[in-house]
Amino acid sequence: MAKLTVNGATLDVAADENTPLLWVLREQLGMTGTKYGCGIAQCGACTVHIDGVATRSCAVTLGSVKPEQKIVTIEGLSPDGSHPIQKAWLEMDVPQCGYCQTGMIMAAAALLKDKPKPTDADIDEAMSNICRCGTYLRVKAAIHAAAGTSKT
Amino acid sequence: MTKATVSRRTFLATSAAVAGGMTLGFHVPFLAGSAAAESAESAAAAPEINAWVVIKPDDTVVVRIARSEMGQGTLTGLAQLVAEELECDWSKVTTEYPTPGQSLARNRVWGDFGTGGSRGIRTSHDYVRKGGAAAREMLKAAAAAEWGVPASEIMAANSVLSHKASGKTATYGAMAAAASKIEPPKDIKLKDPKDWKIIGKSVPRLDTADKVTGKQVYGIDLKLPGMLNAAVKECPVFGGKLASMDDAKVKAMPGVKAVVKVGETGVAVVADTWWQAKTALDALPIVWDEGPNKSASTAKFAEVLREGLISDKDVFVGNKNGDALAAIESAAVKVEAIYSTPHQNHATLEPMNATALWTADKCRVWCPTQNGEASLAAAASAAELPQDKCDIIKVHLGGGFGRRGAFQDYVTQAVRIAKQMPGVPVKLVWSREEDMAQGRYHPVTMAKLTGALDDKGNLTAFRMRISGQSILKSVRPEGLVNGMDPAVFQGIAKDDPEKPTANEHGTVYAFPNLLVDHAMRNPHVPPGFWRGVNVNQIAIYVESFIDELAAAAKVDALEFRRRLLGNQPKARAVLDAVAEKGGWGKPMTDGVMGRGLAVVRSYGSYTAALAEVSVSTKGKLKVHRIVAATDPGYGVNPQQIAMQVEGSFVYGLGAALNQEITIKDGRVEQTNFDTYQPLRLAEMPKVETIVMPSGGWWGGVGEPTIAVAPPAVLNAIANATGKRIRQLPVKDQNLKA
Ligand code: FES
Ligand code: FES
Repeated sequence: MAKLTVNGATLDVAADENTPLLWVLREQLGMTGTKYGCGIAQCGACTVHIDGVATRSCAVTLGSVKPEQKIVTIEGLSPDGSHPIQKAWLEMDVPQCGYCQTGMIMAAAALLKDKPKPTDADIDEAMSNICRCGTYLRVKAAIHAAAGTSKT
Repeated sequence: MTKATVSRRTFLATSAAVAGGMTLGFHVPFLAGSAAAESAESAAAAPEINAWVVIKPDDTVVVRIARSEMGQGTLTGLAQLVAEELECDWSKVTTEYPTPGQSLARNRVWGDFGTGGSRGIRTSHDYVRKGGAAAREMLKAAAAAEWGVPASEIMAANSVLSHKASGKTATYGAMAAAASKIEPPKDIKLKDPKDWKIIGKSVPRLDTADKVTGKQVYGIDLKLPGMLNAAVKECPVFGGKLASMDDAKVKAMPGVKAVVKVGETGVAVVADTWWQAKTALDALPIVWDEGPNKSASTAKFAEVLREGLISDKDVFVGNKNGDALAAIESAAVKVEAIYSTPHQNHATLEPMNATALWTADKCRVWCPTQNGEASLAAAASAAELPQDKCDIIKVHLGGGFGRRGAFQDYVTQAVRIAKQMPGVPVKLVWSREEDMAQGRYHPVTMAKLTGALDDKGNLTAFRMRISGQSILKSVRPEGLVNGMDPAVFQGIAKDDPEKPTANEHGTVYAFPNLLVDHAMRNPHVPPGFWRGVNVNQIAIYVESFIDELAAAAKVDALEFRRRLLGNQPKARAVLDAVAEKGGWGKPMTDGVMGRGLAVVRSYGSYTAALAEVSVSTKGKLKVHRIVAATDPGYGVNPQQIAMQVEGSFVYGLGAALNQEITIKDGRVEQTNFDTYQPLRLAEMPKVETIVMPSGGWWGGVGEPTIAVAPPAVLNAIANATGKRIRQLPVKDQNLKA
């Protein structure tokens, strides 16, 4: 039985230690806001924060996460969708199908924590998530809106 | 193995609890109760005015949506159409999906469920608006009866009914129960487009809130009580089948409940969790009977395509006027070029999935689908039950792009698996690797183009031989006309200048002499409808070659096109709009080295693009900006249209610049997003979209614009460096002349 700290709660997880954190979250803990898109750290749909760092949870095994490490998922980013990134996303109607968007939001939230006033280049570098619907321009604009920066 | 016998209420309550408070956002028929009992139950709480409109006592308006929301915004657009006529308060509007089974039981009251070909709105706008208008009239009639005044004196606006003379008012919610009993009106007059208040407005989407909190439930997220999870593998060589497997090797692995055959061609592992199922499947020794295609390859098929460029065998003429061959023969200047485009995979970000529950007398499937009725047919067939014993509960799609409409292979698989586990809900999810290996791929084609110019630089003849794969031959052979696939001519089909909006894929150009034909050459790779479909390659071939001709004629590329657009004012308008806004002919700034144009009409809409690019000294391409214009006739929601333009450019440019599906040893070589690289945010150009609906007809939105971005970029590269790219994708090619 492994212990995980997710969204502020300490949870017991019964799963093989080689199970990717993504599938522990989705299948053991019922947190399906974190998505599966590739399983090989390419798409970013599975992005969560581990100790504040945007991390692709498909590439992290359960056994490699320490009980005291703080995992935050989209369900825990804010209690009611009120994180500035989420508000900007809603305001600008960023999502299309929406499937990539929780990963995008988690990556963007981590970026803003790191760099409260990101430049276009910062965004280009941090946001390597795949969106097949093609929401990139609005993702970029919404990050700038949340940061109070204008497009460079 | 547990037997699931749960009521619908239990299901809702349980799934809500399990999923942390999320609800599906629509009525979910489950095992319990008949359809009649279900509707009686819901009717008491929320009266159905007609099939399209339900109004709750608290004034909430529930608009029923038969088409599917996959990101393209149709859900919001269709609700706008109904709300416009209903005269309801837009802030009170919500939506729900009726099920295909309910529609079947009600004589297909919701019409077509198909969501493809950019038809979601343009083929249903009439009857959904009439649904809204009829409901409004029924509300008025109910108020007239209650107040004892003529219905003609009653006003309906913003979800309130009022009678001026008596001062009486009532909300829609208060009058809904009475209205539901009124006979529907026979003659329904729709509003004049000039009176529209909601149609044509950029109202926010109705489906955004849950998509930013993770609460949106996709098919892959479903959890039913007692549910097991399945992972599947189909024979990686198309046309092959399962020879044998050694299930003893994995049966004892953690969580594994069953290893089952899926038809003749596939095998699935069913386990407690999907990760366990996939882990066991990866460990399962499988022997495939690879069949006749095991040595097929992209390189070998390219030889077949090249032969098709010069052959007389299986050739079909798709558009012709004058005598192009004679005009080419006697031309002052002759230009010739060969182009090609590869297979592409849809690669929706949400992998294929479906959850099925089979019992001897019933089958239910929860799934993302672009066509609920096609899913129902597939489920019933796989379940070996009549359609009225089956139903499909639709969920929003994590992307569709044409993969989840005509192709219901994932539904068939899920039901076949569930049928071997009676009474147990089974969720089937594909791995990304399976998605890459088992696509329904954008067809592979080549084209040879020949153009003739007179000594003044005027085009005198245009000839295109397309060689390549037919989608219809494989997917919908009943659509062939005397063996010909008419869809391969999308974008270059015959046009009727008298009725410029009649042929949705007619060419915009008045070619003085024209011959376009198709040598049908089908590889073993299953083709599919991929966003934009055949207009993608036609636009690349025609619009690139038009630029080659303009260059040979030493005529400006805009001017060269304008000469050929004489009788196409709408096409000229979109082209002129991008040229104007994009600064065509003006000096280039900010490092831009080249500009390129493209104009196409498809799915009934006119679209144009101007691209600006640069190529670094190391040969690296940067697309700086694309100015786009689209005239879809009527435009329901300009912001959504702009989003579709941007999104389609990502999809189209990803394919043109980076992505390619190749075949070796009969199977797909690309396995995931590392070897099949979509466009990323850092590569995304600025997109400035001009939405210019001129009214009078209903064109498509989701697909038409995809086709103009690639040729505009290719033309800009040629303009920047002199290098003409004719073989797609662009990646790894030297971009310097
Ligand atoms: S699922 Fe983890 S990066 Fe794609
Ligand atoms: S919104 Fe559909 S994949 Fe990004």
